[in-house]
Amino acid sequence: MLFLQFTILSFVAVTATAVVLTRDPAKQAIGISFYGLVMALMFFIFQAPDVALSQIVIGAVALPLMILLALTKIRRHEEEQRERKEKKAA
Amino acid sequence: MKRRGRMIFFLLSAAVFAGVYLWGLKGLPAVGHYRGPYGDVLNQVATYERHVTDIVTAVNFDYRGFDTLGEEFILFMSVVGGTVLLRRQREEEKSEHKDQALSDESPERQAPEPSDATRVLTLGLVGPLVVFGLYIVAHGQLTPGGGFQGGVILATAPLLVYLAGDLKKFKQITSHTLVEVAEAAGAGAYLAIGFAGLILGGAYLRNVAALGKTGMINSGGTIALINLATGLEVAAGFVLLLYAFLEQTLEIRLRGGK
Repeated sequence: MLFLQFTILSFVAVTATAVVLTRDPAKQAIGISFYGLVMALMFFIFQAPDVALSQIVIGAVALPLMILLALTKIRRHEEEQRERKEKKAA
Repeated sequence: MKRRGRMIFFLLSAAVFAGVYLWGLKGLPAVGHYRGPYGDVLNQVATYERHVTDIVTAVNFDYRGFDTLGEEFILFMSVVGGTVLLRRQREEEKSEHKDQALSDESPERQAPEPSDATRVLTLGLVGPLVVFGLYIVAHGQLTPGGGFQGGVILATAPLLVYLAGDLKKFKQITSHTLVEVAEAAGAGAYLAIGFAGLILGGAYLRNVAALGKTGMINSGGTIALINLATGLEVAAGFVLLLYAFLEQTLEIRLRGGK
């Protein structure tokens, strides 16, 4: 049990650091999804299955999805602004 | 120089933080050695008092049910705030191409059709997922889970429909007025059950419903009822939020854009 706890805690540390060190936000969203999954496993191993159940959905699905959607929106917005400027210039 | 100065500042702060953090860690009890009396007391009496087998749920929805009421309204207000923020603004308009309303318009950015394997897998999973979500909501008083956990699981079902590429169906499910009604009704039902406790038992959120037989799905009295209300509210709230986000991304663009 102690071995399992130690392993999962090091996994959390590694994935969390990886998320921080990733510079591209889109890749970061995928990374944070994996981190969410590892966190859920950590909660499960530390005997908090109630928390683990919410963590799986929120951490691994909902949060990365919202980040990705926000990124898409920002990119779209920038494109539109640029098109507008080009239209005005023409 | 600026970079080096920042690095020195970071290393100094990190060293101080690490020291204080480790000092604090030293004072913590070892893993698995619980010190407080409340958890042990509840483990002893909760099954007897409330006829439930998941003590965590008993604490969340009965002993400290008032706290959870606050939490539920935090979620409620976040969803309301999110949808208000993401509403269509004055200089924005809905995409004009009706057929492609929910897809990316520029052909070079057109998302590829999902493969048959993706469609079969995702659509095939919708049914089991809904059943699993309902199971988690309904068995909160017996096993780990409950309204919050089951609710978010239920909310991912329409997401699977979206992943399968069926945007029209996704929109039909998520933009339905019933979703908004369900969210409000779920949040309201929690309040109402609390008032039922006040009227029938003399204290807000007192567990006044029949406690049932321990281990059965209808045990736990108001714990089970509140879990159902919470499940409804959480599922509907997350679906609303998902729709608001997806609509912003896929449908709404600046007025005069292409």
